Amino acid sequence: MTGYAITLSSPLARALLGIVALAVALFLIVPVLVIVPLSFSSGSFLSFPPPGFSLRWYQQLFSRSDWMDSAWLSIWIACVVALLSTVLGTAASFGLVRGKFPGQRLLVAFILSPLIIPGIIVAIAVYFFYARLQLVGSPVAIAVAHTALAVPFVVVNVSASLHGFDKRLEMAAQNLGAGAFDTFRLVILPSIRPGVVAGALFAFITSFDELIVALFIAGPSQVTLPLRMWESMRSSLEPTLAAVSTLAVVASVSLFLCASWLQRRAQAGAGKVVREGA
Amino acid sequence: MTTRSRHGLLVLPLLAFLVIAYLAPVTLMLARTAGESFGFEPLRQVIASPVAVKVFLYTLETAVWVTLITLVLAYPLAFFIATARALTASILMAVVLVPFWTSILIRSYAWMVLLGRKGIINELLVSVGLLSQPLKLLNTGFAVYIGMVHVLLPFMILPILASLKGIDGRLVAAAENLGAGPVSVFRHVILPLSMPGVLAGTVLVFVLALGFYITPALLGGPSDMTISMLIAQEVDLYRWDVGAAMAALLLVMTLVALLGFSRFVSLDKILGGAK
Repeated sequence: MTGYAITLSSPLARALLGIVALAVALFLIVPVLVIVPLSFSSGSFLSFPPPGFSLRWYQQLFSRSDWMDSAWLSIWIACVVALLSTVLGTAASFGLVRGKFPGQRLLVAFILSPLIIPGIIVAIAVYFFYARLQLVGSPVAIAVAHTALAVPFVVVNVSASLHGFDKRLEMAAQNLGAGAFDTFRLVILPSIRPGVVAGALFAFITSFDELIVALFIAGPSQVTLPLRMWESMRSSLEPTLAAVSTLAVVASVSLFLCASWLQRRAQAGAGKVVREGA
Repeated sequence: MTTRSRHGLLVLPLLAFLVIAYLAPVTLMLARTAGESFGFEPLRQVIASPVAVKVFLYTLETAVWVTLITLVLAYPLAFFIATARALTASILMAVVLVPFWTSILIRSYAWMVLLGRKGIINELLVSVGLLSQPLKLLNTGFAVYIGMVHVLLPFMILPILASLKGIDGRLVAAAENLGAGPVSVFRHVILPLSMPGVLAGTVLVFVLALGFYITPALLGGPSDMTISMLIAQEVDLYRWDVGAAMAALLLVMTLVALLGFSRFVSLDKILGGAK
Protein backbone atom coordinates (compact mmCIF):
# COMPACT_ATOMS: atom_id res chain seq x y z
CA MET A 1 0.00 0.00 0.00
CA THR A 2 1.17 3.47 -0.84
CA GLY A 3 -0.52 5.43 1.90
CA TYR A 4 -2.13 7.63 -0.74
CA ALA A 5 -5.64 6.24 -1.00
CA ILE A 6 -7.76 7.05 -4.02
CA THR A 7 -10.54 9.59 -3.43
CA LEU A 8 -13.65 10.55 -5.35
CA SER A 9 -13.81 14.26 -5.98
CA SER A 10 -17.24 14.43 -7.64
CA PRO A 11 -20.04 14.63 -5.02
CA LEU A 12 -22.66 13.30 -7.46
CA ALA A 13 -20.57 10.22 -8.29
CA ARG A 14 -19.99 9.74 -4.57
CA ALA A 15 -23.72 9.86 -3.78
CA LEU A 16 -24.67 7.45 -6.56
CA LEU A 17 -21.93 5.06 -5.58
CA GLY A 18 -23.03 5.32 -1.96
CA ILE A 19 -26.61 4.31 -2.80
CA VAL A 20 -25.54 1.26 -4.81
CA ALA A 21 -23.00 0.27 -2.16
CA LEU A 22 -25.61 0.56 0.60
CA ALA A 23 -28.07 -1.61 -1.35
CA VAL A 24 -25.43 -4.33 -1.90
CA ALA A 25 -24.37 -4.11 1.76
CA LEU A 26 -27.98 -4.61 2.91
CA PHE A 27 -28.40 -7.54 0.52
CA LEU A 28 -25.32 -9.13 2.13
CA ILE A 29 -26.11 -8.61 5.80
CA VAL A 30 -29.91 -8.68 6.16
CA PRO A 31 -30.36 -12.43 5.47
CA VAL A 32 -27.75 -13.29 8.11
CA LEU A 33 -29.28 -10.96 10.71
CA VAL A 34 -32.89 -11.96 10.03
CA ILE A 35 -32.36 -15.39 11.61
CA VAL A 36 -31.56 -13.86 15.00
CA PRO A 37 -34.98 -12.38 15.90
CA LEU A 38 -36.68 -15.51 14.54
CA SER A 39 -34.74 -17.72 16.95
CA PHE A 40 -36.14 -15.71 19.90
CA SER A 41 -39.72 -15.95 18.63
CA SER A 42 -42.50 -17.20 20.88
CA GLY A 43 -44.49 -18.44 17.86
CA SER A 44 -44.34 -21.92 16.38
CA PHE A 45 -43.92 -20.64 12.82
CA LEU A 46 -41.34 -18.48 11.20
CA SER A 47 -43.60 -15.43 11.15
CA PHE A 48 -42.05 -12.01 11.00
CA PRO A 49 -42.09 -9.87 13.04
CA PRO A 50 -42.17 -12.51 15.81
CA PRO A 51 -45.34 -12.42 17.96
CA GLY A 52 -43.28 -12.20 21.15
CA PHE A 53 -39.96 -12.92 22.79
CA SER A 54 -39.11 -16.32 24.22
CA LEU A 55 -36.23 -18.70 24.67
CA ARG A 56 -38.35 -21.78 23.93
CA TRP A 57 -36.45 -22.78 20.78
CA TYR A 58 -33.13 -22.60 22.59
CA GLN A 59 -34.61 -24.63 25.47
CA GLN A 60 -35.90 -27.18 23.02
CA LEU A 61 -32.54 -27.31 21.24
CA PHE A 62 -30.60 -27.96 24.44
CA SER A 63 -33.08 -30.55 25.68
CA ARG A 64 -33.08 -32.60 22.48
CA SER A 65 -30.43 -35.26 22.57
CA ASP A 66 -30.25 -35.67 18.78
CA TRP A 67 -29.19 -32.03 18.30
CA MET A 68 -26.79 -32.15 21.25
CA ASP A 69 -25.17 -35.40 20.08
CA SER A 70 -24.64 -33.89 16.65
CA ALA A 71 -23.12 -30.73 18.12
CA TRP A 72 -20.66 -32.73 20.23
CA LEU A 73 -19.78 -35.01 17.33
CA SER A 74 -19.03 -32.01 15.10
CA ILE A 75 -16.95 -30.33 17.81
CA TRP A 76 -15.02 -33.56 18.41
CA ILE A 77 -14.31 -34.10 14.70
CA ALA A 78 -13.32 -30.43 14.25
CA CYS A 79 -10.84 -30.70 17.16
CA VAL A 80 -9.19 -33.77 15.62
CA VAL A 81 -9.05 -31.99 12.25
CA ALA A 82 -7.56 -28.84 13.79
CA LEU A 83 -4.87 -30.86 15.59
CA LEU A 84 -3.98 -33.11 12.65
CA SER A 85 -3.92 -30.36 10.04
CA THR A 86 -1.92 -28.02 12.29
CA VAL A 87 0.81 -30.61 12.89
CA LEU A 88 1.01 -31.74 9.26
CA GLY A 89 0.51 -28.25 7.84
CA THR A 90 3.08 -26.50 10.06
CA ALA A 91 5.78 -29.05 9.25
CA ALA A 92 4.97 -28.81 5.54
CA SER A 93 5.04 -25.00 5.63
CA PHE A 94 8.59 -25.23 6.98
CA GLY A 95 9.54 -27.52 4.16
CA LEU A 96 7.95 -25.24 1.58
CA VAL A 97 9.31 -21.93 2.89
CA ARG A 98 12.79 -23.10 3.91
CA GLY A 99 13.36 -25.96 1.52
CA LYS A 100 14.14 -25.87 -2.16
CA PHE A 101 13.37 -28.88 -4.31
CA PRO A 102 12.12 -29.67 -7.81
CA GLY A 103 8.37 -29.58 -8.37
CA GLN A 104 7.81 -27.23 -5.45
CA ARG A 105 5.25 -25.02 -7.22
CA LEU A 106 3.29 -28.06 -8.37
CA LEU A 107 3.31 -29.39 -4.80
CA VAL A 108 1.94 -26.09 -3.46
CA ALA A 109 -0.82 -26.16 -6.09
CA PHE A 110 -1.64 -29.75 -5.07
CA ILE A 111 -1.78 -28.90 -1.35
CA LEU A 112 -4.00 -25.86 -1.98
CA SER A 113 -6.22 -27.56 -4.60
CA PRO A 114 -9.00 -28.63 -2.17
CA LEU A 115 -9.84 -24.92 -1.84
CA ILE A 116 -10.96 -24.78 -5.45
CA ILE A 117 -12.00 -28.30 -6.48
CA PRO A 118 -15.78 -28.80 -6.26
CA GLY A 119 -16.75 -30.39 -2.95
CA ILE A 120 -18.80 -33.12 -4.61
CA ILE A 121 -15.71 -34.50 -6.39
CA VAL A 122 -13.81 -34.98 -3.13
CA ALA A 123 -16.97 -36.24 -1.43
CA ILE A 124 -17.78 -39.06 -3.86
CA ALA A 125 -14.09 -39.96 -4.32
CA VAL A 126 -13.70 -40.40 -0.57
CA TYR A 127 -17.05 -42.21 -0.37
CA PHE A 128 -16.05 -44.81 -3.01
CA PHE A 129 -12.65 -45.22 -1.33
CA TYR A 130 -14.07 -45.65 2.18
CA ALA A 131 -16.82 -47.96 0.92
CA ARG A 132 -14.13 -50.31 -0.41
CA LEU A 133 -12.28 -50.16 2.92
CA GLN A 134 -15.57 -50.42 4.89
CA LEU A 135 -14.85 -47.17 6.70
CA VAL A 136 -18.12 -45.39 5.87
CA GLY A 137 -19.74 -44.12 9.06
CA SER A 138 -16.58 -43.83 11.13
CA PRO A 139 -16.04 -40.39 12.73
CA VAL A 140 -12.27 -40.81 12.33
CA ALA A 141 -12.78 -41.33 8.59
CA ILE A 142 -14.76 -38.07 8.44
CA ALA A 143 -11.95 -36.29 10.32
CA VAL A 144 -9.32 -37.65 7.90
CA ALA A 145 -11.31 -36.43 4.88
CA HIS A 146 -11.91 -33.03 6.51
CA THR A 147 -8.20 -32.68 7.24
CA ALA A 148 -7.38 -32.72 3.52
CA LEU A 149 -9.88 -29.85 3.06
CA ALA A 150 -8.62 -27.90 6.10
CA VAL A 151 -4.85 -28.21 5.70
CA PRO A 152 -4.55 -25.47 3.01
CA PHE A 153 -5.65 -22.85 5.57
CA VAL A 154 -2.86 -23.92 7.95
CA VAL A 155 -0.25 -23.90 5.17
CA VAL A 156 -1.30 -20.42 3.95
CA ASN A 157 -1.24 -18.93 7.46
CA VAL A 158 1.92 -20.57 8.76
CA SER A 159 3.83 -19.88 5.51
CA ALA A 160 2.91 -16.18 5.81
CA SER A 161 4.27 -16.12 9.39
CA LEU A 162 7.45 -17.92 8.35
CA HIS A 163 8.09 -15.48 5.52
CA GLY A 164 8.06 -12.68 8.08
CA PHE A 165 10.33 -14.47 10.55
CA ASP A 166 13.87 -13.13 10.88
CA LYS A 167 16.20 -16.05 10.23
CA ARG A 168 19.06 -14.36 12.07
CA LEU A 169 17.32 -15.15 15.36
CA GLU A 170 17.48 -18.80 14.46
CA MET A 171 21.16 -18.57 13.51
CA ALA A 172 21.88 -16.75 16.77
CA ALA A 173 20.20 -19.54 18.74
CA GLN A 174 22.20 -22.18 16.88
CA ASN A 175 25.44 -20.27 17.41
CA LEU A 176 24.64 -20.22 21.11
CA GLY A 177 24.48 -24.00 21.03
CA ALA A 178 20.76 -24.77 20.65
CA GLY A 179 19.91 -27.92 18.72
CA ALA A 180 17.37 -27.98 15.90
CA PHE A 181 14.50 -29.02 18.18
CA ASP A 182 15.30 -26.46 20.89
CA THR A 183 15.65 -23.74 18.26
CA PHE A 184 12.21 -24.63 16.95
CA ARG A 185 10.60 -24.86 20.38
CA LEU A 186 12.20 -21.81 22.00
CA VAL A 187 12.82 -19.40 19.12
CA ILE A 188 10.75 -20.15 16.02
CA LEU A 189 7.50 -21.44 17.51
CA PRO A 190 6.89 -18.50 19.87
CA SER A 191 7.18 -15.99 17.05
CA ILE A 192 5.06 -17.88 14.50
CA ARG A 193 2.49 -19.00 17.10
CA PRO A 194 -0.21 -16.48 16.05
CA GLY A 195 -0.05 -17.82 12.48
CA VAL A 196 -0.22 -21.43 13.70
CA VAL A 197 -3.20 -20.74 15.97
CA ALA A 198 -4.99 -18.78 13.21
CA GLY A 199 -4.47 -21.76 10.87
CA ALA A 200 -5.81 -24.14 13.52
CA LEU A 201 -8.94 -22.00 13.97
CA PHE A 202 -9.57 -21.87 10.22
CA ALA A 203 -9.13 -25.65 10.10
CA PHE A 204 -11.60 -26.10 12.98
CA ILE A 205 -14.27 -23.97 11.27
CA THR A 206 -13.73 -25.67 7.90
CA SER A 207 -14.54 -29.03 9.46
CA PHE A 208 -17.31 -27.72 11.73
CA ASP A 209 -19.19 -26.22 8.76
CA GLU A 210 -18.50 -29.00 6.22
CA LEU A 211 -21.57 -30.70 4.80
CA ILE A 212 -20.97 -32.34 1.41
CA VAL A 213 -18.33 -34.91 2.46
CA ALA A 214 -20.29 -35.70 5.63
CA LEU A 215 -23.41 -36.18 3.49
CA PHE A 216 -21.78 -39.17 1.82
CA ILE A 217 -19.54 -40.74 4.45
CA ALA A 218 -21.40 -40.18 7.73
CA GLY A 219 -23.38 -43.19 8.91
CA PRO A 220 -26.90 -43.06 10.35
CA SER A 221 -25.52 -42.90 13.88
CA GLN A 222 -22.83 -40.30 13.11
CA VAL A 223 -24.90 -37.30 12.10
CA THR A 224 -22.77 -34.16 12.21
CA LEU A 225 -24.39 -30.83 13.04
CA PRO A 226 -24.47 -29.48 9.43
CA LEU A 227 -25.92 -32.83 8.33
CA ARG A 228 -28.71 -32.68 10.93
CA MET A 229 -29.44 -29.08 9.91
CA TRP A 230 -29.58 -30.13 6.24
CA GLU A 231 -32.02 -32.94 7.00
CA SER A 232 -34.18 -30.63 9.05
CA MET A 233 -34.17 -27.99 6.27
CA ARG A 234 -35.35 -30.53 3.75
CA SER A 235 -38.24 -31.75 5.88
CA SER A 236 -39.55 -28.84 7.94
CA LEU A 237 -38.23 -25.39 8.63
CA GLU A 238 -38.71 -25.68 12.40
CA PRO A 239 -37.67 -22.60 14.41
CA THR A 240 -35.13 -24.78 16.28
CA LEU A 241 -33.08 -24.33 13.10
CA ALA A 242 -33.06 -20.57 13.62
CA ALA A 243 -31.69 -21.13 17.14
CA VAL A 244 -28.93 -23.52 15.94
CA SER A 245 -28.08 -21.17 13.09
CA THR A 246 -27.85 -18.15 15.38
CA LEU A 247 -25.51 -20.02 17.73
CA ALA A 248 -23.43 -21.29 14.79
CA VAL A 249 -23.14 -17.79 13.31
CA VAL A 250 -22.06 -16.35 16.67
CA ALA A 251 -19.52 -19.18 17.09
CA SER A 252 -18.00 -18.86 13.60
CA VAL A 253 -17.87 -15.07 13.68
CA SER A 254 -16.08 -15.12 17.06
CA LEU A 255 -13.61 -17.77 15.89
CA PHE A 256 -12.95 -15.86 12.66
CA LEU A 257 -12.48 -12.61 14.61
CA CYS A 258 -9.87 -14.37 16.80
CA ALA A 259 -8.20 -15.86 13.74
CA SER A 260 -8.00 -12.59 11.80
CA TRP A 261 -6.81 -10.73 14.89
CA LEU A 262 -4.07 -13.37 15.22
CA GLN A 263 -3.27 -13.08 11.49
CA ARG A 264 -2.73 -9.35 11.88
CA ARG A 265 -0.68 -9.90 15.03
CA ALA A 266 1.36 -12.53 13.19
CA GLN A 267 2.22 -10.02 10.48
CA ALA A 268 2.85 -7.18 12.95
CA GLY A 269 4.87 -9.47 15.24
CA ALA A 270 7.00 -10.68 12.36
CA GLY A 271 7.64 -7.06 11.40
CA LYS A 272 8.68 -6.27 14.96
CA VAL A 273 11.18 -9.10 15.06
CA VAL A 274 12.71 -7.90 11.80
CA ARG A 275 12.91 -4.34 13.04
CA GLU A 276 14.47 -5.33 16.34
CA GLY A 277 16.89 -7.58 14.57
CA ALA A 278 18.00 -4.81 12.21
CA MET B 1 22.44 -33.23 1.13
CA THR B 2 22.15 -29.48 1.60
CA THR B 3 20.26 -27.84 4.48
CA ARG B 4 17.65 -26.51 2.05
CA SER B 5 16.82 -29.90 0.61
CA ARG B 6 16.86 -31.41 4.12
CA HIS B 7 14.29 -28.82 5.23
CA GLY B 8 12.23 -29.87 2.25
CA LEU B 9 11.77 -33.31 3.84
CA LEU B 10 9.35 -31.73 6.33
CA VAL B 11 6.78 -31.70 3.52
CA LEU B 12 6.80 -35.49 3.39
CA PRO B 13 4.36 -36.28 6.26
CA LEU B 14 1.69 -34.03 4.74
CA LEU B 15 2.44 -35.29 1.25
CA ALA B 16 2.07 -38.91 2.38
CA PHE B 17 -1.16 -38.07 4.18
CA LEU B 18 -2.65 -36.28 1.16
CA VAL B 19 -1.63 -39.04 -1.22
CA ILE B 20 -3.56 -41.59 0.86
CA ALA B 21 -6.50 -39.46 2.00
CA TYR B 22 -7.04 -37.30 -1.09
CA LEU B 23 -5.01 -38.12 -4.21
CA ALA B 24 -5.61 -41.89 -4.17
CA PRO B 25 -9.40 -41.61 -3.71
CA VAL B 26 -9.71 -38.96 -6.44
CA THR B 27 -7.47 -40.92 -8.84
CA LEU B 28 -9.35 -44.18 -8.25
CA MET B 29 -12.64 -42.36 -8.73
CA LEU B 30 -11.44 -40.84 -12.01
CA ALA B 31 -10.24 -44.27 -13.15
CA ARG B 32 -13.87 -45.46 -13.11
CA THR B 33 -14.45 -43.21 -16.11
CA ALA B 34 -12.57 -45.74 -18.23
CA GLY B 35 -15.18 -48.42 -17.53
CA GLU B 36 -14.59 -52.13 -16.96
CA SER B 37 -13.25 -52.90 -20.42
CA PHE B 38 -11.42 -49.58 -20.89
CA GLY B 39 -13.92 -48.51 -23.52
CA PHE B 40 -14.94 -45.38 -21.59
CA GLU B 41 -18.59 -46.56 -21.54
CA PRO B 42 -19.53 -44.39 -18.50
CA LEU B 43 -18.18 -41.31 -20.27
CA ARG B 44 -20.03 -42.19 -23.49
CA GLN B 45 -23.20 -42.72 -21.48
CA VAL B 46 -22.92 -39.25 -19.96
CA ILE B 47 -22.26 -37.54 -23.28
CA ALA B 48 -25.15 -39.42 -24.94
CA SER B 49 -27.61 -38.56 -22.17
CA PRO B 50 -29.82 -35.56 -23.00
CA VAL B 51 -30.48 -34.99 -19.28
CA ALA B 52 -26.78 -34.80 -18.45
CA VAL B 53 -26.08 -32.45 -21.36
CA LYS B 54 -28.95 -30.21 -20.27
CA VAL B 55 -27.66 -30.14 -16.67
CA PHE B 56 -24.11 -29.33 -17.82
CA LEU B 57 -25.36 -26.45 -19.98
CA TYR B 58 -27.62 -25.16 -17.18
CA THR B 59 -24.69 -25.22 -14.74
CA LEU B 60 -22.41 -23.38 -17.18
CA GLU B 61 -25.06 -20.80 -17.98
CA THR B 62 -25.81 -20.24 -14.29
CA ALA B 63 -22.10 -19.90 -13.47
CA VAL B 64 -21.63 -17.28 -16.23
CA TRP B 65 -24.64 -15.21 -15.16
CA VAL B 66 -23.90 -15.47 -11.45
CA THR B 67 -20.31 -14.35 -12.12
CA LEU B 68 -21.47 -11.34 -14.14
CA ILE B 69 -24.12 -10.29 -11.59
CA THR B 70 -21.62 -10.72 -8.75
CA LEU B 71 -19.07 -8.56 -10.59
CA VAL B 72 -21.60 -5.79 -11.26
CA LEU B 73 -22.69 -5.73 -7.60
CA ALA B 74 -19.23 -6.21 -6.05
CA TYR B 75 -17.32 -3.48 -7.87
CA PRO B 76 -19.35 -0.47 -6.58
CA LEU B 77 -19.24 -1.75 -2.99
CA ALA B 78 -15.49 -2.45 -3.17
CA PHE B 79 -14.92 0.97 -4.73
CA PHE B 80 -17.00 2.65 -2.03
CA ILE B 81 -15.10 0.85 0.75
CA ALA B 82 -11.76 1.78 -0.84
CA THR B 83 -12.68 5.47 -0.92
CA ALA B 84 -14.66 5.66 2.35
CA ARG B 85 -13.47 7.07 5.65
CA ALA B 86 -11.91 4.66 8.14
CA LEU B 87 -15.03 4.11 10.29
CA THR B 88 -17.42 3.63 7.34
CA ALA B 89 -14.89 1.32 5.69
CA SER B 90 -14.57 -0.90 8.76
CA ILE B 91 -18.34 -1.14 9.24
CA LEU B 92 -18.75 -2.15 5.59
CA MET B 93 -15.89 -4.65 5.90
CA ALA B 94 -17.80 -6.27 8.77
CA VAL B 95 -20.89 -6.37 6.53
CA VAL B 96 -18.86 -8.25 3.90
CA LEU B 97 -17.03 -10.55 6.33
CA VAL B 98 -19.89 -11.69 8.60
CA PRO B 99 -21.77 -13.40 5.73
CA PHE B 100 -18.43 -14.67 4.38
CA TRP B 101 -17.75 -16.33 7.73
CA THR B 102 -21.25 -17.82 7.96
CA SER B 103 -21.59 -21.29 6.49
CA ILE B 104 -23.21 -21.70 3.07
CA LEU B 105 -25.83 -23.97 4.64
CA ILE B 106 -26.99 -21.31 7.09
CA ARG B 107 -27.05 -18.61 4.42
CA SER B 108 -29.17 -20.83 2.18
CA TYR B 109 -31.49 -21.46 5.14
CA ALA B 110 -31.82 -17.70 5.65
CA TRP B 111 -32.95 -17.33 2.04
CA MET B 112 -35.45 -20.18 2.48
CA VAL B 113 -36.91 -18.26 5.40
CA LEU B 114 -37.00 -15.02 3.41
CA LEU B 115 -38.32 -16.37 0.11
CA GLY B 116 -40.79 -19.08 1.23
CA ARG B 117 -44.52 -18.94 0.41
CA LYS B 118 -45.11 -17.93 4.03
CA GLY B 119 -41.70 -16.29 4.15
CA ILE B 120 -40.81 -12.84 5.33
CA ILE B 121 -40.78 -11.17 1.91
CA ASN B 122 -44.17 -12.56 0.88
CA GLU B 123 -45.78 -11.76 4.26
CA LEU B 124 -44.42 -8.24 4.07
CA LEU B 125 -45.61 -7.61 0.52
CA VAL B 126 -49.07 -9.05 1.24
CA SER B 127 -49.52 -7.08 4.48
CA VAL B 128 -48.49 -3.84 2.77
CA GLY B 129 -51.03 -4.61 0.05
CA LEU B 130 -48.60 -4.85 -2.87
CA LEU B 131 -49.61 -8.47 -3.41
CA SER B 132 -53.02 -10.06 -3.06
CA GLN B 133 -51.56 -13.54 -2.67
CA PRO B 134 -48.02 -14.79 -2.02
CA LEU B 135 -45.67 -15.30 -4.98
CA LYS B 136 -43.76 -18.48 -5.60
CA LEU B 137 -40.20 -17.30 -4.98
CA LEU B 138 -38.63 -20.33 -3.30
CA ASN B 139 -37.76 -23.43 -5.38
CA THR B 140 -37.26 -21.32 -8.49
CA GLY B 141 -34.28 -20.40 -10.65
CA PHE B 142 -34.61 -16.88 -9.26
CA ALA B 143 -33.97 -18.14 -5.71
CA VAL B 144 -30.91 -20.10 -6.91
CA TYR B 145 -29.44 -16.95 -8.48
CA ILE B 146 -30.13 -14.87 -5.36
CA GLY B 147 -28.59 -17.47 -3.06
CA MET B 148 -25.51 -18.09 -5.22
CA VAL B 149 -24.83 -14.38 -5.72
CA HIS B 150 -25.15 -13.88 -1.96
CA VAL B 151 -22.71 -16.69 -1.17
CA LEU B 152 -20.18 -15.66 -3.83
CA LEU B 153 -20.20 -11.85 -3.47
CA PRO B 154 -17.42 -11.70 -0.82
CA PHE B 155 -15.13 -13.79 -3.07
CA MET B 156 -15.48 -11.03 -5.69
CA ILE B 157 -15.42 -8.03 -3.32
CA LEU B 158 -12.24 -8.96 -1.42
CA PRO B 159 -9.80 -9.30 -4.39
CA ILE B 160 -11.22 -6.17 -6.08
CA LEU B 161 -10.92 -4.23 -2.83
CA ALA B 162 -7.33 -5.40 -2.38
CA SER B 163 -6.31 -4.16 -5.82
CA LEU B 164 -8.21 -0.85 -5.44
CA LYS B 165 -6.46 -0.24 -2.12
CA GLY B 166 -3.14 -0.83 -3.83
CA ILE B 167 -3.69 2.00 -6.33
CA ASP B 168 -1.52 5.05 -5.65
CA GLY B 169 -3.97 7.93 -5.09
CA ARG B 170 -1.41 10.35 -6.54
CA LEU B 171 -2.06 8.84 -9.97
CA VAL B 172 -5.73 9.84 -9.68
CA ALA B 173 -4.79 13.32 -8.50
CA ALA B 174 -2.33 13.67 -11.38
CA ALA B 175 -4.97 12.64 -13.93
CA GLU B 176 -7.43 15.15 -12.46
CA ASN B 177 -4.82 17.91 -12.52
CA LEU B 178 -4.26 17.16 -16.18
CA GLY B 179 -7.94 17.84 -16.79
CA ALA B 180 -9.49 14.35 -16.77
CA GLY B 181 -13.13 14.23 -15.61
CA PRO B 182 -14.42 11.59 -13.16
CA VAL B 183 -15.52 9.23 -15.93
CA SER B 184 -12.24 9.32 -17.77
CA VAL B 185 -10.22 9.02 -14.52
CA PHE B 186 -12.21 5.89 -13.78
CA ARG B 187 -11.89 4.48 -17.29
CA HIS B 188 -8.24 5.25 -17.90
CA VAL B 189 -6.68 5.06 -14.42
CA ILE B 190 -8.74 3.24 -11.81
CA LEU B 191 -10.38 0.49 -13.87
CA PRO B 192 -7.17 -0.70 -15.62
CA LEU B 193 -5.24 -0.67 -12.33
CA SER B 194 -7.95 -2.71 -10.58
CA MET B 195 -8.11 -5.33 -13.35
CA PRO B 196 -5.90 -7.88 -11.52
CA GLY B 197 -8.44 -7.95 -8.67
CA VAL B 198 -11.38 -8.11 -11.08
CA LEU B 199 -9.83 -11.05 -12.95
CA ALA B 200 -8.89 -12.91 -9.76
CA GLY B 201 -12.42 -12.46 -8.38
CA THR B 202 -14.00 -13.48 -11.68
CA VAL B 203 -12.03 -16.74 -11.94
CA LEU B 204 -12.63 -17.60 -8.31
CA VAL B 205 -16.37 -16.95 -8.47
CA PHE B 206 -16.82 -18.73 -11.80
CA VAL B 207 -14.91 -21.83 -10.71
CA LEU B 208 -16.70 -22.00 -7.36
CA ALA B 209 -20.08 -21.45 -9.08
CA LEU B 210 -19.46 -24.48 -11.34
CA GLY B 211 -19.34 -26.77 -8.30
CA PHE B 212 -22.36 -25.46 -6.37
CA TYR B 213 -24.47 -28.07 -4.61
CA ILE B 214 -26.02 -26.98 -1.30
CA THR B 215 -27.58 -23.68 -2.40
CA PRO B 216 -29.31 -24.91 -5.59
CA ALA B 217 -30.44 -28.11 -3.81
CA LEU B 218 -32.19 -26.08 -1.10
CA LEU B 219 -33.42 -23.08 -3.07
CA GLY B 220 -34.02 -24.47 -6.57
CA GLY B 221 -36.93 -26.29 -8.14
CA PRO B 222 -36.86 -29.62 -10.01
CA SER B 223 -35.51 -28.01 -13.20
CA ASP B 224 -32.68 -26.18 -11.42
CA MET B 225 -30.31 -29.11 -11.24
CA THR B 226 -26.56 -28.48 -11.23
CA ILE B 227 -23.82 -30.94 -12.18
CA SER B 228 -22.98 -31.52 -8.52
CA MET B 229 -26.62 -32.38 -7.76
CA LEU B 230 -26.80 -34.76 -10.70
CA ILE B 231 -23.58 -36.49 -9.59
CA ALA B 232 -25.01 -36.94 -6.08
CA GLN B 233 -28.20 -38.38 -7.57
CA GLU B 234 -26.31 -40.87 -9.76
CA VAL B 235 -24.26 -42.01 -6.75
CA ASP B 236 -27.43 -42.42 -4.68
CA LEU B 237 -28.85 -44.61 -7.46
CA TYR B 238 -25.68 -46.75 -7.29
CA ARG B 239 -24.62 -45.65 -10.78
CA TRP B 240 -21.16 -44.93 -9.43
CA ASP B 241 -19.26 -45.12 -12.72
CA VAL B 242 -21.60 -42.66 -14.43
CA GLY B 243 -21.32 -40.35 -11.42
CA ALA B 244 -17.53 -40.63 -11.60
CA ALA B 245 -17.53 -39.81 -15.32
CA MET B 246 -19.60 -36.69 -14.61
CA ALA B 247 -17.21 -35.74 -11.81
CA ALA B 248 -14.30 -36.16 -14.21
CA LEU B 249 -15.98 -33.81 -16.70
CA LEU B 250 -16.67 -31.28 -13.94
CA LEU B 251 -13.03 -31.48 -12.86
CA VAL B 252 -11.85 -30.92 -16.43
CA MET B 253 -14.17 -27.89 -16.74
CA THR B 254 -12.79 -26.48 -13.48
CA LEU B 255 -9.17 -26.99 -14.53
CA VAL B 256 -9.75 -25.58 -18.02
CA ALA B 257 -11.35 -22.47 -16.50
CA LEU B 258 -8.43 -22.07 -14.07
CA LEU B 259 -5.75 -22.63 -16.70
CA GLY B 260 -7.56 -20.49 -19.27
CA PHE B 261 -7.61 -17.57 -16.89
CA SER B 262 -4.10 -18.24 -15.54
CA ARG B 263 -2.77 -16.64 -18.74
CA PHE B 264 -4.15 -13.36 -17.40
CA VAL B 265 -3.79 -13.80 -13.66
CA SER B 266 -1.44 -15.93 -11.57
CA LEU B 267 -2.91 -18.98 -9.86
CA ASP B 268 -1.21 -18.04 -6.58
CA LYS B 269 -3.26 -14.86 -6.56
CA ILE B 270 -6.52 -16.75 -7.11
CA LEU B 271 -5.79 -19.36 -4.47
CA GLY B 272 -4.39 -16.78 -2.07
CA GLY B 273 -7.68 -14.90 -2.24
CA ALA B 274 -9.73 -17.96 -1.41
CA LYS B 275 -10.24 -17.07 2.23
